[in-house]
Amino acid sequence: MTDQNSSLSHLDLETPEKPFLDANELVINMGPQHPATHGVLRVILRLDGEKVLGLECVIGYLHRGVEKIGEHRTYTMFNPYVDRMDYVAAVSNGLGYCETVEKLLNVEAPPRAQHVRVILTELNRIASHQLWLGTHALDIGAITPLFYTFRDREEILKIYEKYCGARLTTHAFRIGGLQYETYAGFEKDVKNFLDFFGPKIDEYEELLTTNRIWVERTKNVGNISAQDCIALGVTGPVLRASGVKWDLRKAQPYANYKNFDFDIPIGQNGDTYDRYLVRMGEMRQSVRIVQQAINALPEGPIMAKVPKVMKPAVGEVYHSIEAPKGELGYFIVSDGSTQPYRVRVRPPSFVNLQALDVMCRGQLVADVIAVIGTLDIVLGEVDR
Amino acid sequence: MGQIIQYIQSYRHSDLTPGAAGNMFWALVYIMLVFVGLSVAVIAMNWLERKILAHMQVRLGPMRVGPHGLLQPIADAIKLLLKEDIMPAEADGLIFWVAPFVVVLAAFTVFVVVPFGPTHAITDMNIGILFMLGVSSLSVLGIVMAGWASNSHYPLIGALRSSAQMVSYEVAMGLAVVSAILMTSLNAEGTGTLSMIGIVQAQQAQHEWFIFKFFPLGLVAFFIFAVAMVAETNRAPFDLAEAESELTAGFHTEYSGFRWSLFFLAEYSAMIAVSSIAVTLWLGGWLRPFPNLLRNATWDLVFSLFPGITFLFFAAICFYNAARMPKHPLFRIQTVGLAGFGMVLGLIGLILFIPVVSIRVQDIFWFAAKVAGFMYMYIWYRGTFPRYRFDQLMQMGWKVLLPMGLGVLILTASVALLQEKLWHP
Repeated sequence: MTDQNSSLSHLDLETPEKPFLDANELVINMGPQHPATHGVLRVILRLDGEKVLGLECVIGYLHRGVEKIGEHRTYTMFNPYVDRMDYVAAVSNGLGYCETVEKLLNVEAPPRAQHVRVILTELNRIASHQLWLGTHALDIGAITPLFYTFRDREEILKIYEKYCGARLTTHAFRIGGLQYETYAGFEKDVKNFLDFFGPKIDEYEELLTTNRIWVERTKNVGNISAQDCIALGVTGPVLRASGVKWDLRKAQPYANYKNFDFDIPIGQNGDTYDRYLVRMGEMRQSVRIVQQAINALPEGPIMAKVPKVMKPAVGEVYHSIEAPKGELGYFIVSDGSTQPYRVRVRPPSFVNLQALDVMCRGQLVADVIAVIGTLDIVLGEVDR
Repeated sequence: MGQIIQYIQSYRHSDLTPGAAGNMFWALVYIMLVFVGLSVAVIAMNWLERKILAHMQVRLGPMRVGPHGLLQPIADAIKLLLKEDIMPAEADGLIFWVAPFVVVLAAFTVFVVVPFGPTHAITDMNIGILFMLGVSSLSVLGIVMAGWASNSHYPLIGALRSSAQMVSYEVAMGLAVVSAILMTSLNAEGTGTLSMIGIVQAQQAQHEWFIFKFFPLGLVAFFIFAVAMVAETNRAPFDLAEAESELTAGFHTEYSGFRWSLFFLAEYSAMIAVSSIAVTLWLGGWLRPFPNLLRNATWDLVFSLFPGITFLFFAAICFYNAARMPKHPLFRIQTVGLAGFGMVLGLIGLILFIPVVSIRVQDIFWFAAKVAGFMYMYIWYRGTFPRYRFDQLMQMGWKVLLPMGLGVLILTASVALLQEKLWHP
C-alpha cells in the first residue's frame, strides 16, 4: 500500500476487453448534455447490454484557461479567478491560493484571520458535501434529499452573503489575511447554524443510510482499492473510503488546523457506500472544527503586512490543502515581477476522475451514474 | 321514437351492467362517463402528484397558474398540444406514430371491466380479471415499439429494460391474482369466478375482504401484487425504463408534444387500472368499510354521509386557503377563483347528501377513495425511495416475489382444502 511505485499495469487500461468495434457492442455517448453527468462531462460508454466494457471521458467543454489567465494578472487580481474552478467550494480554492502566495511572499496571516478562514472553509466543506449528497442521491433516484440539503446549504450561503456579499464565488480571503472584519452577529449566526445543522445530518442519514435500496445500490459499487487510489493519485474522501488515513489537515497541517481536535473518518471497502459514510462523517467533523474555532475566536488584526505591489522573489512554491474533494494544490513560479510566471493547479476533481474507468469496468450503466456522483467531480475544476 | 325511448328506459331497474344487459345506449353513456372521469382523474393526479411531492420536499410546487397552481395541468396540456411535433429523421415513421396509441389503447381498454359498483361497470365479463391482466400487458408492446422505432440508443435500452421488467413481474402478479381468485371459490357451491364484479360479491358473501382472508396469506398476496403493480407501471422505485438520471427519459426520449402526453396519459391511467385490480381483488372493491360488522340502518346512514362530507371537507380547505390569500388586488382573481372552486366542491358535497343520489354514488365513492389511497402510495414511493438497479430488480422479481407468490398460492389452496374437509365436511 505504501509502495509509491505501484504500477497500474494490472488494471490493463490501455487495451479494452474486446476490440473496439464489435457487433455485440453498443457505444453510447453519455453527455455532455445529460442529466447526471454533473455538468458537461462526456463519457463514451462501451456496453454489452447493460454491462460496461469500458469507458472514456472526454473533458474540456468548460475549459476557460484559468491557469493561463494567471500568467497575465497580478497576484492580487488572480485571486477571484480561482473561485471559478470548483465553484461549489470557492472558499477552499481561495484559501489554497492565498496560502500559496503567502508562502511565496514569506508572510503569515494573523491568528484571527486564520480562525475565520478555518470557519469559512469548513462551512464550505459542509456546503460542498451537501451539494454532493443531494445530487448523488438524485442520480441514484432518491429525489427528496436534494431539497433537504439545498434548504440547509442556504443557511451557509446566507452567512457568506452577510460576510462578503457573495454567495457562491465568494472571494472571501485576501493574500495576507482577510479584507473584511466579521460582521456583527457573525459568531451568533455560525453558532445558530451549527445547532441547526447537527440534527439535520441525522435527518439525511435517516433517509438513506439504512434504506435498503440505497444500500443495495451503493454497496460493492465502484470499488477501488487503496493501492489503485494511490497509483492513480486519487485523494480526498475517495482515498479515505478505501482505508487510507490521509488528510492534509493532519498530514501537513496548514492554516491553523493543528489547533483543532478532529477525527478523520475512513472506510474499509472503498465502495460507494463507504464513500457516502466518509463524507457524512466529514460533515460531522467539520461541525466539530467550526465549533472549536468559533468558541476560541481570538481578537486582533486580520491582515498581515503585505506590500501593496506584490513582487515575490524569484522562486517557486507548491502548497496544497485538503479541499472538500481532495488535495487541491497550487504550484506558482515567480520571475520576480508582479505577475506569476506560471500557475499550475492540481485539481482534485480532475485527478479523481481518472479513476472512473477503473471503478466502472464490469459494472452496469446505472452504476456509472452512481460512480460519477460518488467521485464528486465539479467540471469547472476538471476543465479549469 | 317511442321504441328508442323504451329501449333506453328498459335498462333503468336492471341489476346488471349495461354491457351484460346488452343495452348499447347505456353502455355508450358509461363509456363516455368512464372516459371523462379518467381524464379528470389523470389531470387531478398530475396536480396532486406535483403538490404532494413538493410538500414532501419542503417546497410549494406549482403556485402561479391559478390559485395554488390548480390550472397548471391544463396549462401544461395546452402547451403540449401546441408544441412542435418532432419525429427523428432516422425514426421508423409508422411504428413511431402508432406506438403511443397502442399504449393509450391498452391503458384505457381495461376500464371496460373495472367495477365501480355492482352495476356501475361498462360490462361484466366472466373472464374479467384475465381480460384486465391481458390487455394491460399489451402496453409493453407499445413501449417496445416506441423504443425500437426511435432508432436511438437510450430509448432502445429503456424499451429493453421495460419489456424485461414487465414480463417478469407479470408472473409474480399473476400468481398473487390466482391466490385471490382461489378465495372466491370458498362458498357453499364451491364455484369460483373470474368476473370482477363476482370477485367483489364473493368478498361480500364471505363477510371478509380478501386481504384479511387466511391471515396472513391474503396480506402476503396483496403485498406481492402491490410491489409488482408498481413495477408493472414503471413507477419509482422501479422506473428503470424512464430512469431520468441514466437514460434521460428512456423509451420516450425522442417523443415530444402530444405524442409524449399520450405516454403520460397512459402511464397514469395504467396506474389507476392496476390500483383498481388491487382494490377489487383484496380491498373489497366498492364495499364500504365494515360492511358486515357495522350493519344496521344507523351505520348505513353514517357511511352514506361520507361522500358529501369528503367534498365539503375539500371545499372547506379551499375556503380556508382563499381566506389566507394575500389581500393585494393582484391576487383577487385567484382568491375569487379558489372560493369559486370551493363553492363548486361544496355544491357537489351538498348534492351528495341527497339520499337518492348518495345511495347511487357511494359505491363509486368508496372505490375511488381506495384507488386514491394507492395513488398516494405511488407518490410517497417516489418521494422516498432511490431507484433499483436493473439486475436487482430482476433478482427481486424472480428470486423473491415469484417464490413468495408460489408459496402463497400453494398455502392458500391447502388451507382452503383443509377448511373444506375439516371444518365444513
